[in-house]
Amino acid sequence: MSVGGDVIQDDQRFERVRKLAQTKAAEGASLIQVLHAVQNSYGYLPIEVQRIVAEVMHAPLGTVSGVVTFYSFFSTEPNGRHGIRCCLGTACYVRGGVRLVDFLEELLHCKVGHTTADGMFKFEVARCIGACSLAPAIAIDDKVYAKVTTEELPGIIASYYEAEGSEQ
Amino acid sequence: MTTRYVGRLETVSDLERVKREFLDSVKDFRFTITVCGGTGCISSHCGDVLTALRKQCTLRGLGEEVRIVESGCLGLCALGPTVLVEPGDTFYVNMTPEKIVQVVDKHIIGGKIQEEYTFFDEPSGEHVPCLADIPFYHDQVKIVLRNCGSIDYASVEEYISRDGYFGFVKAVRELGRVGTYEELIKSGLRGRGGAGFPTGIKWRSGYDQPGDEKYIVCNGDEGDPGAFMDRSVLEGDPHSIIEGLLIGGYTIGANQGFVYVRAEYPIAVERLQAAIGVAYECGLLGKNILGTGFDFDLEIRIGAGAFVCGEETALLNSIEGKRGEPRQKPPFPFQSGLYGCPTIINNVETLANVPVIIMRGGDWYASYGVGKSRGTKVFALAGDIRYSGIIEVPMGITMGDIVFKIGGGIKDGKQFKAIQSGGPSGGCLTKDHLGVSVDYESLSAMGAIMGSGGLIVMDDTTCMVDTARYFMDFVQDESCGHCVPCRIGTKRMLEILQRIVAGKGEEADLDMLETLANTIKDTAMCGLGQTAPNPVLTTLKYFRDEYEAHVIHKTCPAHVCKEMLVYVIDPEKCRRCGLCARNCPTEAISGGGKEPYVINTEVCSRCGTCIAHCKFGAISIK
Repeated sequence: MSVGGDVIQDDQRFERVRKLAQTKAAEGASLIQVLHAVQNSYGYLPIEVQRIVAEVMHAPLGTVSGVVTFYSFFSTEPNGRHGIRCCLGTACYVRGGVRLVDFLEELLHCKVGHTTADGMFKFEVARCIGACSLAPAIAIDDKVYAKVTTEELPGIIASYYEAEGSEQ
Repeated sequence: MTTRYVGRLETVSDLERVKREFLDSVKDFRFTITVCGGTGCISSHCGDVLTALRKQCTLRGLGEEVRIVESGCLGLCALGPTVLVEPGDTFYVNMTPEKIVQVVDKHIIGGKIQEEYTFFDEPSGEHVPCLADIPFYHDQVKIVLRNCGSIDYASVEEYISRDGYFGFVKAVRELGRVGTYEELIKSGLRGRGGAGFPTGIKWRSGYDQPGDEKYIVCNGDEGDPGAFMDRSVLEGDPHSIIEGLLIGGYTIGANQGFVYVRAEYPIAVERLQAAIGVAYECGLLGKNILGTGFDFDLEIRIGAGAFVCGEETALLNSIEGKRGEPRQKPPFPFQSGLYGCPTIINNVETLANVPVIIMRGGDWYASYGVGKSRGTKVFALAGDIRYSGIIEVPMGITMGDIVFKIGGGIKDGKQFKAIQSGGPSGGCLTKDHLGVSVDYESLSAMGAIMGSGGLIVMDDTTCMVDTARYFMDFVQDESCGHCVPCRIGTKRMLEILQRIVAGKGEEADLDMLETLANTIKDTAMCGLGQTAPNPVLTTLKYFRDEYEAHVIHKTCPAHVCKEMLVYVIDPEKCRRCGLCARNCPTEAISGGGKEPYVINTEVCSRCGTCIAHCKFGAISIK
């Protein structure tokens, strides 16, 4: 994630965004597809990045910004290194998903929709991740944890910190 | 075993050759072991089971005798990972790497079924080893799910061996474009995405539209919470969707198709993408398919997380890369859809039905079902039910049979209270409706809808007012904001419901809710808004006493709405041990010595910690 002040690094990263957007646009990709690709590469879609995409796509910034803010997958703020999505679809709601959300808010010291202070997790609730038979479920990145209890959560969260520790 | 390179199939006889060669290649295997690779089982670590199975079979030298298949969803997601051994249809549940090693050694080699690992039927207290004897599967009829869970999703040869892509050949060679939509009209197939428009008639409209540039689109934006049927089909039998689109494209005269899949389904996207790649390699997509002279290209478009994109005109905007706001109808998409061209949009399940209907005929399909609802419907069964998962049943089955015969009734010895059909657009039905036939007309008459197929079962600990609030919260959040009734009307309804569950509701609120609901139904622009009030209207109709308890008596009969709960300590039962007071996070409990403990309701946060700690059952909720 870029930290303010590192201008040269930012310039390089913006240049990469421009190239990526140009390549995708040349393939005939729609604005949404271009934004998916750019977000995968840059991490999120701040206004500077949206401006580059708008230039490349020959679209008004308002159009790009309109699409970015319409869809929940696009984020204008930096994301955590991992994304936790606690499912509150009907099945998970009925099976006690709210308890998991409350518990995680305390455990992570982080409210829903925000990123933890250490930048480790972005904590969100999902409308339905389609794992209804395994309710209540949470997803961390693309991995789904089934029939989760509050007792298991500290261990699950800790395992991500351990994995990160062993990488370094 | 996944796809070997089968080469380009130039003609229909090449297709027949692939079918023959595949059947020859598998006939010498003594056993087929299928490991479910649906999203449910993946979350339950079926990958470890598959690895252990492969390792053990290699170790025991069974490579020539045992065919190992990673399939799509077998249906009983709650008991995953699941494994099926054929011949004999032995169904192993809750598998682990250790257990699968035992199955290989004792069942495959030793010839003895490992009964203790098979399905356990709680009501009878017995293990049921054979899949067909399990009540969950007994009353199902698999047409859409014909291949799901029984073939290797990644093998185009295995799909072809089950007459895959022969439906397309029959449409082109025998039926012709008119004959194809007529066959569908005869079958009585209706849109499975929820609205139930007759598919054959839709295709006829597409055929009748003038113009060289037309599109066919598969709607895989399965957004209803509690619904995962389309995901199972996309993951378990992706080629059936490709073939359905090929037949549709040929019939209406479209050479380009799109599959719109929601971004929340990464595995479905991955498998469908792989299947499309293989289809191009084999010449089942692209130019002059199987020498028929028909060209067809297919692309996936991934959504970006917006429920409203399941609405067909919003979906078209999203494919074009725009905000997913619905368009005014008319013009209808079949007149002016994607990029202003005639466009036919079908749901995943609808398209999966098409190849079989073409192969076996409309009359065969119409032999299932009742009245104007023919064939079968796939449902995702979830909530407080014993066996949740994916089921396919003939139309006309009763709700009661689905809940109690197939789903095994309610979990944890609780009582059935309600079943919610059709997600945020549908309604809650009660135990009085368990005898109702499951078909488009009967469900609409009850105020619920068939919807896309999500069925959520709720037990007696569910508060129906809170459930209605939950759905309204969902719709309010997902409203795209384009039209006033949906944007503002649902917001006002949500505020009233929030007031009621907080114990601040009044009797007049119930009339206000009803008035607002009917206004939104009549005036909202798209299907999302028009159906959004259904959960509130049905709960008001069938569970009015619960609403009244909330607004008049300020109590929640199901003990769910926190702010109305009053925790009390029975002084007779209290032994003055003080455990409750010590563990109370808000220090709301005082007493001790000779005095029984009491809870200060002003301070109490209603967390329930005291009940959990009391060893004498002295604390209860009033």
